[in-house]
Amino acid sequence: MAEVARDDSDYVAPAEVPDVELYHAKSWITKYVFSQDAKVIAIQYSGTAIAIGLVALVLSWLMRLQLGFPETFSFITGEDYYQFITMHGMIMVIYLLTALFLGGFGNYLIPLMVGARDMVFPYVNMLSYWIYLIAVLVLVSSFFVPGGPTGAGWTLYPPQAILSGTPGSGAGIILMLISLSLFIVGFTMGGLNYVVTVLQARTRGMTLMRMPLTIWGIFTATVLALLAFPALLVGAVMMTFDSVLGTSFFMPSIVQMGEHLEYGGGSPVLFQHLFWFFGHPEVYIVALPAFGIVSDLISTHARRNIFGYRMMVWAIVGIGALSFVVWAHHMYVSGMNPYFGFFFATTTLIIAVPTALKVYNWVLTLWRGNIHLTLPMLFAIAFIITFVNGGITGLFLGNVVVDVPLSDTMFVVAHFHMVMGVAPILVVFGAIYHWYPLITGRMLHQGWGQFHFWVTFVGAYLIYFPMHYLGFLGVPRRYYEIGETDFIPASAQDLNAFITIAALVVGFAQIVFIWNIIASYYKGEKSERNPWRATTLEWQTADFPPGHGNFGDKLPVVYRWAYAYSVPGHKEDFTPQNMPPSEVMADSGGTAGAAPQPAE
Amino acid sequence: MNFFRELTRKPWLASDGEIVDLHDGSAFALPKVTLGLRVFLVVASVVFTLFFVAYLERMTLDDWRPMSEPWLLWLSTGLLILSSVGLQWARVGARRGRLDVVKKGMAIGGVFALGFLVNQLVVWQHLVGLGYFVTENPANAFFYLLTGAHGLHLLGGLIALGRTGNKVWGVHEVSTVRLSVDLCTVYWHFLLAIWFVLFALLLIT
Repeated sequence: MAEVARDDSDYVAPAEVPDVELYHAKSWITKYVFSQDAKVIAIQYSGTAIAIGLVALVLSWLMRLQLGFPETFSFITGEDYYQFITMHGMIMVIYLLTALFLGGFGNYLIPLMVGARDMVFPYVNMLSYWIYLIAVLVLVSSFFVPGGPTGAGWTLYPPQAILSGTPGSGAGIILMLISLSLFIVGFTMGGLNYVVTVLQARTRGMTLMRMPLTIWGIFTATVLALLAFPALLVGAVMMTFDSVLGTSFFMPSIVQMGEHLEYGGGSPVLFQHLFWFFGHPEVYIVALPAFGIVSDLISTHARRNIFGYRMMVWAIVGIGALSFVVWAHHMYVSGMNPYFGFFFATTTLIIAVPTALKVYNWVLTLWRGNIHLTLPMLFAIAFIITFVNGGITGLFLGNVVVDVPLSDTMFVVAHFHMVMGVAPILVVFGAIYHWYPLITGRMLHQGWGQFHFWVTFVGAYLIYFPMHYLGFLGVPRRYYEIGETDFIPASAQDLNAFITIAALVVGFAQIVFIWNIIASYYKGEKSERNPWRATTLEWQTADFPPGHGNFGDKLPVVYRWAYAYSVPGHKEDFTPQNMPPSEVMADSGGTAGAAPQPAE
Repeated sequence: MNFFRELTRKPWLASDGEIVDLHDGSAFALPKVTLGLRVFLVVASVVFTLFFVAYLERMTLDDWRPMSEPWLLWLSTGLLILSSVGLQWARVGARRGRLDVVKKGMAIGGVFALGFLVNQLVVWQHLVGLGYFVTENPANAFFYLLTGAHGLHLLGGLIALGRTGNKVWGVHEVSTVRLSVDLCTVYWHFLLAIWFVLFALLLIT
């Protein structure tokens, strides 16, 4: 990509950006515990998210043990199984992925990548983390109350979520709803920071269309979350009323065990609409940061400018907008009007267009690139493959006539795990391998990383490909034990056992990964300042790893976009965003006045 | 800033170079905290809109029995209007550099806002006394839910107003508190607008 042509006559000095008033910690506590530094808050968010994510991982093992080897583990009851399912799903989607992508990567990368000293409201940012932590603790506390955590399924559908036949229908569901409400309050505080920092605190020269796609992804996802989480909040508050006070917002007339309950007239489908008005954008709240990050990983590790930058930005914004008009494709079997089904099937198929554009652009970026098969690149390629797989099965399920027979089968479980479980997690891993040196000053161990990658990538396919097949056979999801049926062959159980073994092995690989993170922090190979030779600002800081205030005395000035890789005539195969034009060319020494080059 | 015009930029072209160089890091010519408040107001608007949509959807079902709104709600409306007027007065005073006016306006705004909250509690007590319990009917439940959510937002606003008041009574120069007063006033007007919609919804249903 070409530099902007300059000569002395047309050069206009960039406008000054007022420096942010920075909070300076005065004690160890305010520096590392109640910290207002976005980088520390990012680590806190990430550590908490990964810790609670490990709980969800163990829950998935327990579920798989039950499914793979039924009637073997007496300590897993039917009630337990539903509780494991519910907590696994909710933790993974909300408390791990959302918190990690936005609270973790968002906090660490936004100020550094846009050239700001910190988030614009550091105190509110700090509160955001602590409220998130309280939300997590409230959620965890539900494991220890009478009746245990809720077993209503992660969608928490009424009426069953608060009826006594469902595990955790007492304190469990209330703690879940309180925890979700707290999470949303905490996230809103963080989200205000991310949005305003991106819009108002970029450094000189960092126009919106020069921002790395990582920032576009996180920014758009944050906007989605700010608009979508209120639906979950409204649903959670109203269900809390139904559960605690006995109102009937969502609760219809019900006879339970021969007794007519006092509920009456409520609309469970209203809750479903609220839930999915949040729930579908939630898919993209997780996916868009992954899209952005993977774009940067691919470009950096293939030494090529991202193909179709503007198209990528439009696709992110377009996907974000469309994600608000597809929610009812999760409700085809709820009895809604068939015309609605037609509308939502159409919008669902339309959203595949910008998504496919992104996939093409990633592949075209790789095309004839100088591909370095580093760990971040391996994870990025694995993401593309997995996302295409999961996305295509999404097209199946987006069609009403295909969805109806597949609804509530293992096919659905396989689909959403591939597209919003495995695919984004692969990006998380790639991103951690990419930015770990920046955060710690050390490299992660490459051997253990290769082991982690191959076991995770191949293992994920061993888990989820057979699961699609089980879905075609009609194996239902959310069943503690299938027993003998006429329509499911006995061999399906063998496949289930195989999946369980694969899941245990893949889970073990994640323990190795955590070990690698901890061990490398102390004994890892020291990293160079910019080990991937990347162009973006986070690698161009005064200190390495970046210190308080990020950029030393002066904020950087940005002269170009983030994808100046392998530009003909330039000194290096990467040109940092903040490198002055006078230093760019191979024969410079030269002055500001690089020759114009063909654009795009 | 025109966001969509921004999306059409090609900063790698010479023709867009000058625009890029002049960029000062802000998408909008606003203080950061003002934009922060506006974003928050959008989020709060979505929350209330979804409550209202749920209300309108739920009221179509058979068991809905509309409440009769007590006249005390008109008093609440009057108190909240006066509160907003007080803060608007403070805002105008801040722009004109009149610290005394700012203090008076904020005091009036705060007192009437507290009066509004107290009156809302009186309304609740009055309705409970008449037998309008929260579990009796979804219309009752929505009434307590919506007025409660609105009241909580105002309570949060009062905390911010108290902090601003603390600053106002500790300074001699209006310019240092002008922005804070401005933000409080915008938030108050927003809550008044939400109240108008909420009250209208209660009246016409």
